Amino acid sequence: MTGLKMNLLKACLMQIENYLNTYQSILNDSDQNIPDFVRKERDEAREAIIQNGLPDRSDERYRYLDLKLIFENTEYKRIISEPAVTDSLSSFFQCEVQGMDTDLILLSNGWYHESTLPKDCKVVVCSMRQASQKYPDLVKTHFNQYLKEAKDGWTELNTMLAQDGVFIYVPDNYVPDKPIQIVNLTHGFSEKEIFQRNLIVIGKNAKLQLLICDHTLNKAKNVNHLGTEVFIGENADFQMYDLQNEPDISNVFSHLAFHQEAFSRLTSLAFSLHGGTIRNNVYVTMSGQGAESNVYGLVLSDRQQRMDNFTFIDHAVPNCTSNELYKSILDEESRGAFSGRILVRKDAQNTNAFQTNNNLCLTNEAKMRSKPQLEIYADDVKCSHGATVGQIDEDALFYLRTRGIDKHEARFMMLFAFANDIVRKIDIEPLRDRVADLVSKRLRGELVACEHCLLNCENN
Amino acid sequence: MLKINNLHAEIEDKKILNGINLEVKPGETHAIMGPNGSGKSTLASVLVGRDVFKVTKGEVTFMEKNLLKMEPEDRAREGLFLSFQYPVEIPGVSMMSFMRTAVNQVREFRGQKSLSSAAFLKFMRERKKLVEIDSKLTNRSVNEGFSGGEKKKNEIFQMSMLEPKLSILDETDSGLDIDALRIVANGVNALKSPETSNIVITHYQRLLDYIVPDFVHVLYEGKIVKSGGRELALELEEKGYDWIKNELA
Repeated sequence: MTGLKMNLLKACLMQIENYLNTYQSILNDSDQNIPDFVRKERDEAREAIIQNGLPDRSDERYRYLDLKLIFENTEYKRIISEPAVTDSLSSFFQCEVQGMDTDLILLSNGWYHESTLPKDCKVVVCSMRQASQKYPDLVKTHFNQYLKEAKDGWTELNTMLAQDGVFIYVPDNYVPDKPIQIVNLTHGFSEKEIFQRNLIVIGKNAKLQLLICDHTLNKAKNVNHLGTEVFIGENADFQMYDLQNEPDISNVFSHLAFHQEAFSRLTSLAFSLHGGTIRNNVYVTMSGQGAESNVYGLVLSDRQQRMDNFTFIDHAVPNCTSNELYKSILDEESRGAFSGRILVRKDAQNTNAFQTNNNLCLTNEAKMRSKPQLEIYADDVKCSHGATVGQIDEDALFYLRTRGIDKHEARFMMLFAFANDIVRKIDIEPLRDRVADLVSKRLRGELVACEHCLLNCENN
Repeated sequence: MLKINNLHAEIEDKKILNGINLEVKPGETHAIMGPNGSGKSTLASVLVGRDVFKVTKGEVTFMEKNLLKMEPEDRAREGLFLSFQYPVEIPGVSMMSFMRTAVNQVREFRGQKSLSSAAFLKFMRERKKLVEIDSKLTNRSVNEGFSGGEKKKNEIFQMSMLEPKLSILDETDSGLDIDALRIVANGVNALKSPETSNIVITHYQRLLDYIVPDFVHVLYEGKIVKSGGRELALELEEKGYDWIKNELA
């Protein structure tokens, strides 16, 4: 083994040891009241990490992502006990989607802070810690049942170290009258590593529209490990809009698992508009017939940004439909990757699975990798996939210019049209307008430090 | 209005234009005919600023300005328009926002106030009527999924919106059925004024029955080898190009 390799291995082992020590200090903290079933999942995750380590580029799933960029030369601080409740944060932060009324849930550095849900709302919202005490049966039924299937060391790390997050339960047949918005606020001065774990349970015939905004005011580098599990009950409808607008010093490592029952509908839209390194893992399991999933993503990157999407759609039963569309625009020296795995199991006849990934590289230095991966074991299915990596269409650009439109505007119009394919899938009109506005500002290079979020905070 | 003097152009070291001379005055309609590969479309492309063609010699002035030094968008703003032989499909860019941006950028250049939404829609309605274009076309993406005829009608519609001084119609008649041809030609004629001029590139005399030229030029091997009145087109229709080639030999 070469000296360099030895050093890398050593660094990796030290990092793992560091995480295990953090877990040990959580266990040693007598204030931590961890229910047995949660403890059991965490201990298992710990064992898996000890056995298999944390995946790096030698793992096929992480081949295109250089995690060194995040972890090298940084000693991150982890917040292992519940932070003292400070002033109401919501009095400083107000949502600014005009014409859009939401109920707000605020998280502070990964810990549940507060929500503005009215008392008479039938949706249950609380912290994960509270939920495992107050609704142990519900939490026990779902917690770590879906993300565990990923068999990914990074997911296991989230299971082992995340101590809080948000719990949402929408009872059967209930349709809330407004969308719910989660604001993940990262703030402070130190370099920090944040672990957050959410659980969302949607009852039969229920509906939920969820908007997630990441908002970072931290003055130093941070890594946010987000784990979210969503159970979508029979004939339920779940829409999730994830807005990732992070400064360059902020990195997101997100693991999302959706479990769909029969005739449920899922729409997941991830907008990765800005950030240092962003990695999104999305797992969809369709375990009831007639389920439909729509998984979409838009990536806009420039400079040294790294944005990586990994999806895995599991058609476990017959008669389900999945649609995937991911698009990226990469400028300057940014890098991106899309890996889309679709598994159609042996008995999943009558499956419709469609996957498309289109990418524009605006410079010779920008690099995009696209990898469709279809595994089909049933014989009566309709599946398609298509991936393109290209440059802006010079003929179209010229055509626009011959009509008197200047070069920059013509270029913008074409890029916006490309991105708008994803934006227009947003079902909530005021949100669609706001995201369209953010996307156009981003493409014109007009987003200033604080403007890339929906919040109207004091820094604005 | 337009003065082309000894224009030479090439693509990837292949010489295509070999000394074109042409003057177009306000109010005139010129037809350019010639066999395939003679340089007709290249001439149109060079005039509107397609940068894959390299101009190696010669000058072009448009409205007393050096045309070859201008960006394509500035040529359009000065009043030059090309109806493309093959209009480009641009998925996702709506006709409406495309035309509104174009009209307002052109207006700004000409020192006019930009049009409000209402004024723009009214203007668009009038123009659609003038050139008899199906109103549904403006609700779609630029040329996306348009039939050949719809694409050509859309070019004339854009011409009507931008109000150019000089329009180059590059084989606007190709791929059109008789009805569409009449609509397109009527549109061009409706937009004609004593101040505006047209250059019509075509293979067929048929179009010239509708858009009547003052002059007909024959382009051959990158040069205008013969010019005449309207009757030259009729003669070409009857005899083909061989007699001209023989004259030159």
